[in-house]
Amino acid sequence: MIDEPRIHDYGDGANVHKKVSLEFGDMGEGFKEADLIREDILFYEGNTHLPMEQHAAVAHFDADHKLTLWSATQTPHYVHRALAKTLELPASHIRVIATPNGGGFGGKSDPFNHEIIVSKLSMMTGRPVKVTLTREEVFYCHRGRHPVLMKIRTGVKKDGAITAMDFQSFLDGGAYGSYGVASTFYTGALQTVTYNVPRYKFRGLRAFTNKPPCGPKRGHGTPQPRFALEVHLDKIAEELKLDPAEMRLKHLVQPFSVTANYLRIGSMGLGKCIEKVVEGSEWKKKFSNWDRENRKLPEGKGVGLACSSYICGAGLPIYWNNMPHSGVQLRLDRQGGVCVQCGSTDIGQGSDSILAYIVAEILGIDPFDIRVITADTDLTPVDLGSYSSRVTLMTGNAAIQAAERARELLTMAVAEKLSVPIENLSFADRRVFDVENPETGVTFAEAVVLAESKFGTIGTVGSYTPPRSPGRYKGAGVGPSPAYSYSAAVAEVDVDASTGIVTVERIWIGHDIGQSINPALVMGQVEGSVYMGLGEALMEEMTYRANRNVVHKFPSLLEYKSPTTLEMCDVVTYLIEDRDPNGPFGAKEVGQGPLLPVMPAIANAVYDAVGVRIDEVPITPEKVLTALRDKAKGREARFGPKRVPDVEWPQPLKVLTPAEGGDGKEMPRVAVHS
Amino acid sequence: MMRLPKFTYRVPRTVADAVKMMSDAGAEGQFVAGGTDLYPNMKRRQQTPKTVISVTRLKELNQIAGDGRSGLRIGASVSLTDICEHMLINRDYPFVAQAARTISTPILRNMGTIGGNLLLDTRCNYYDQNYEWRKGINFCLKKDGEVCWVAPGSRKCWAVQSSDLVPLMVAVGAKLKLVSTLGERVVDAAGLYNDDGIDYLRKRPNELLTEIQLPPRNGWRATYKKLRRRGAFDFPVLGVAARLDLSDDGTVKDAKLILGGIAPAPVEVKEAEQALIGAPLDEERMQAAAESCYMKARPLDNTDFLMNWRKQMARPYVLRALQELREQ
Repeated sequence: MIDEPRIHDYGDGANVHKKVSLEFGDMGEGFKEADLIREDILFYEGNTHLPMEQHAAVAHFDADHKLTLWSATQTPHYVHRALAKTLELPASHIRVIATPNGGGFGGKSDPFNHEIIVSKLSMMTGRPVKVTLTREEVFYCHRGRHPVLMKIRTGVKKDGAITAMDFQSFLDGGAYGSYGVASTFYTGALQTVTYNVPRYKFRGLRAFTNKPPCGPKRGHGTPQPRFALEVHLDKIAEELKLDPAEMRLKHLVQPFSVTANYLRIGSMGLGKCIEKVVEGSEWKKKFSNWDRENRKLPEGKGVGLACSSYICGAGLPIYWNNMPHSGVQLRLDRQGGVCVQCGSTDIGQGSDSILAYIVAEILGIDPFDIRVITADTDLTPVDLGSYSSRVTLMTGNAAIQAAERARELLTMAVAEKLSVPIENLSFADRRVFDVENPETGVTFAEAVVLAESKFGTIGTVGSYTPPRSPGRYKGAGVGPSPAYSYSAAVAEVDVDASTGIVTVERIWIGHDIGQSINPALVMGQVEGSVYMGLGEALMEEMTYRANRNVVHKFPSLLEYKSPTTLEMCDVVTYLIEDRDPNGPFGAKEVGQGPLLPVMPAIANAVYDAVGVRIDEVPITPEKVLTALRDKAKGREARFGPKRVPDVEWPQPLKVLTPAEGGDGKEMPRVAVHS
Repeated sequence: MMRLPKFTYRVPRTVADAVKMMSDAGAEGQFVAGGTDLYPNMKRRQQTPKTVISVTRLKELNQIAGDGRSGLRIGASVSLTDICEHMLINRDYPFVAQAARTISTPILRNMGTIGGNLLLDTRCNYYDQNYEWRKGINFCLKKDGEVCWVAPGSRKCWAVQSSDLVPLMVAVGAKLKLVSTLGERVVDAAGLYNDDGIDYLRKRPNELLTEIQLPPRNGWRATYKKLRRRGAFDFPVLGVAARLDLSDDGTVKDAKLILGGIAPAPVEVKEAEQALIGAPLDEERMQAAAESCYMKARPLDNTDFLMNWRKQMARPYVLRALQELREQ
């Protein structure tokens, strides 16, 4: 191999940031068992978060040499660490406050240059310093969706049962790392958690290019492979002449099982999601069933189905430690007020209110009685931040623990006062009372007074650490999660054959939320995901002028095309409540998962409508019209990439699957003698 | 984006004062109405007038007079929202309201005016960028640079005529009143536009557009079709304005077909008009007209969408315009 100059001092060499090669189970055996082996190449264009609010930060280095940074960030704890490192200040002298912000979507997860710049300038001047990025600067900061080229090869039995899957992904990383190593692993991690994949191989490569750095955007590294997988499965269903909904239903991953790549599945409501959207959309009355001659819908109208899954919190933090991922502190005052303190960051998803609902539920008081203080490294215990759909599950579990500990103290004091057995006491309607004799009781405020009299000031803490993953191989850190959410969507589209313009008319989407803590917030996330999905599916793209210093083609809200309310389709949402034992009250995530099925469902619907495959997003009118013309001329009715680069992959790290008796560790490498 | 540069803001109360102020300001002067085009351009330093003269308080520029029988006179400062909602316009010239409704967004239509829209700066993906972006590519021919990046061999600027009302006004034969200290003149809308992205108006800078005159509606019909990515915000990447005069037996007596959004000036497709005139408006004739428009449309790669696709869209969009006129 030629010794090429390195772009950065980190990474796997030259312009390669990361190269991964993992193999779970005997692939040869898997493909041998298959009745059909299909291979597809697909591309997912990069796009950006487009939050309404640009990033902004204010720093103040005060007279006693302590630094406070207010920043529109999703991850105050990680920013805190980055500041301590770069400014060479003791972490105990730095306070980071995440301000309410106008949307993150992953774009405010990295510690940013401007956060460090305002801090340094304030240290130099002793004055408060503020930086607000312009919209153009937000486009250049980016850290958005990676453009990913993918090759997928799957062996299936006649009934659609997967025997082996081989997945390759090539990520255009932009100029810097961001969370790109995790992004690379994520393009290969979650293929196994929806349908049973007994043997699985993944190879991924992230390259540095002269563009703004890519990073985590809603779905972090998984919308691209999910798009590829769900379109690929649609094509397999057509070859096998199977209904794509039934084929998927038949081969769902088992709940409470371990996948070939050692991800532990908990509750699994995907089957119910599929059944709901199939019924709601009247799929059977609409889907062509691969028979273009006897269509049920008129030519130009079509339906498509896709499914997905997402983690409810990453199993590991981004720096190695054994401490909890989330901490909650409760303070009860004699007036009956409860203060919840947690490092979590509300970026509009409603995580502050989740803390209030959960604590109120356990203490039998009203959420309005609760004050919530969050995202302030001086006032709140650490929570790792708003990313990887971790907040409700992890802060929720920590809040339950803290609230149960407080309830225990109150119970003891009240039981003593009322001479009632401890197990008889219940908390509801702002009272603590005997369940056998509900008139016997005290108000919640009186209960706090009793407890404070007995124990002193009442404060409790709770924390949460995810369960250990069964995966022990190198690379097993990305993908494990306490639980997995599931989604299924049916899209109905209209394709204008004279222009290629695709209009999404309606989307039915089922989401397995485990348990809704607040259904209005859950529905909001689902509908918001559909809206973002329409943009990614139909128009959004980060494009550059290669011949003009690689400037972004149009870093503006006018010319970076994202849907308006006029492009938004009707959405019918079904919430599936299949409680997960690891979730707080059984709750799972909803912030990212429901985005994932939208893009492939639309691509599959376009095929159903006009019989052309658009194997890349965005599905623009130009691509559809080109494919329609090719089809009319008898050429391949497809628009998409035709090849992937030749890469010298490293020897795969081999892991026996659980079914093969594996223990989650990699097999010792066998030296190959020629 | 930078903030607005410093400038003197003047608010005349009469047209005479306005043109006098402009004469005093000289080459550094600029009229402004709604400011939805000028102010963003000033923030991006594409235009940097030292004196900005508002025409929004000029009474005669805010009036609408006449009707479909006598012709309609619309003051240049009438807002696009008022154009969309005006009872007489909707009754006698519905296509004008229809085209105005496709401009940008409701909020910008509240500020933007019909006169401002007719004088809209030409647009280009290499030009409608902030100062730093343009500096990053060494600027372009239209402003501060030497090369047209759309067509690097070209001596001409290819920025695009991007107003929705321009093709329509040309198609219906509107007349425009221009006033300066030297007096006033009335020109055909068709004569105002020049096929050059920099020097895109055949109007002296000190002339104030005061009035748009629509001809009486004696039998002719018109429509406007707009191609763009989204249902709001976006400028046209192709606009089709069509006017037809049909005799009682359905024969086309006269026709105008004007394409917007594909060149520095609105493009009249005479071949398409000839294909229609003197014959009934049948499918074959309409197809022939659409084909002529397709041949004539030569957009370059400086707006949203691929240029080849925009060219191809001339066929269906012209066809749709003509089909709509046949049904009217």
